[in-house]
Amino acid sequence: MVDVTQQLFNGLVGGGFLAMLALGLAVIFGMLRVVNFAHGAFYMLGAFGAYLLLTEAGVNFWLALLIVPVGLAVVGMVLERAFVHRLTRLDPLYNFLLTFGLALILQDAVKSQYGTQSKPYSRPALLDGSLNLGLFEYPRYQVFVLVFALVVCVAVWLVLARTRVGMIIRAATERPELTRALGIDVGRWVTPVFGFGIGLAGLAGVLAAPMRAVHPAMGADLIITVFAVVVIGGLGSIFGAVVAGFAIGMVQALGNLYVPAASQILVFILMAVVLLWRPTGLFGREEVLT
Amino acid sequence: MLRIESLSAGYGEAQVLRDVSLHVAEGEVVTLVGRNGAGKSTLLRCLMGLHTQQRGLVEFLGRDLARLPTYRRARLGLGWVPDDRGIFASLSVAEHLTLAPPVGPDPWSLRRVYDTFPVLAERRRFPGTRLSGGEQQMLAMARVLRTGAQLLVCDEPTEGLAPVVVRRIGEIIREVKAHGGTVLLVEQNVHFAATVADRHYLLAEGRIAETLDNAEVRERESELLAYLGI
Repeated sequence: MVDVTQQLFNGLVGGGFLAMLALGLAVIFGMLRVVNFAHGAFYMLGAFGAYLLLTEAGVNFWLALLIVPVGLAVVGMVLERAFVHRLTRLDPLYNFLLTFGLALILQDAVKSQYGTQSKPYSRPALLDGSLNLGLFEYPRYQVFVLVFALVVCVAVWLVLARTRVGMIIRAATERPELTRALGIDVGRWVTPVFGFGIGLAGLAGVLAAPMRAVHPAMGADLIITVFAVVVIGGLGSIFGAVVAGFAIGMVQALGNLYVPAASQILVFILMAVVLLWRPTGLFGREEVLT
Repeated sequence: MLRIESLSAGYGEAQVLRDVSLHVAEGEVVTLVGRNGAGKSTLLRCLMGLHTQQRGLVEFLGRDLARLPTYRRARLGLGWVPDDRGIFASLSVAEHLTLAPPVGPDPWSLRRVYDTFPVLAERRRFPGTRLSGGEQQMLAMARVLRTGAQLLVCDEPTEGLAPVVVRRIGEIIREVKAHGGTVLLVEQNVHFAATVADRHYLLAEGRIAETLDNAEVRERESELLAYLGI
């Protein structure tokens, strides 16, 4: 019993990463109709950013948690202006070529500079040690990651649900043409939203650095699962991305416990079942697909 | 207020609009009648900048719209009520009424909207698509009235609705006109059109075939209905 609860807790922590990454992918897809295959590369850059800031400039974890996402958001906005916005009028194949190519370039650039070995990044002193959760001892840092991920998801949800910008993003995600025809300059929000999604990936990367191996392929390994999360949650559904993120995290954790040999494919079996049952995903709407 | 001269547009090889010219003066209600596929919706999409015009002039309030992006056209005072009503599933009824920025000199207040459409006040927290078809049509119209748009561009607002709702839409259009508003209405229901409009353009195969007044529409109603295939 303790094993199961502890494993479910691991699942929630892992799900926090999936949810933050899926959330970024979902807002980007919603606003730009671009599937960002480079999302995992920005997660990796987030972790490397924290590592390099520490080793090269002595910047600690807490500052990195602020600097890296903001820096990557700016990089994202520049890339959107320079390349990504050109995709709107092109065949979806170019979406794949551009973003996947970008992922390979970023990944190999980091690899050639820093090698394929994992880089060590220690937990911030404040979050060292473990916390007694009643049933079991749990690493303090992991608890922090879970709480932080939940706060980020709730904050993003509040912005989307309660603010004017959020309303515009929801409307433009659902019906971009109509939203423009109601007098809203949708284009103005595209670049910031892309930057925001990239920043969120970078944030997840910084959070991952102290608990997961920092290496060039860390994003590529994770992003496939994140795509499954987005599809299960429903393309374009922000809420679905977050719920599916945490749910898939727990499915993976239980898979590790009961069927370790199949734990990697469990997510994709689940995806297939969900798609057979609901072709638009759990919280997807049909209009988004047309 | 609106002047369209020799407008041509199409999809690839297929020519949908050929040399269409029409005008709408301030305070007028003008309908555009035509069969399915005659080019009515394409014309409205050209007007909103959602479809590229190949040739011709579209002028609104004395400004050539050719190079204006869609959102700027709306801000000049074009209030589009799309044929599918364009209601968002992810926005509440109340949000529909605050999404579009005010564009005209005399936007309706929220209170006036809710007084005119009590059902929208009752359901203001509902997601837009939870409303019935008639209520969604009211919401689509209320949304552009809220902005104070000077020209309402309504694409088949009565299609598929019960007679009592159609009557209500007629009342609203007459009220808009009574307050000096201007409406361009795409309509298949010529009987309804004759009760709200001043003039009618008959669009056939991408051309303006005839211009009719209300008396002519009433006189030729059965002929027109047969032609429209209703």
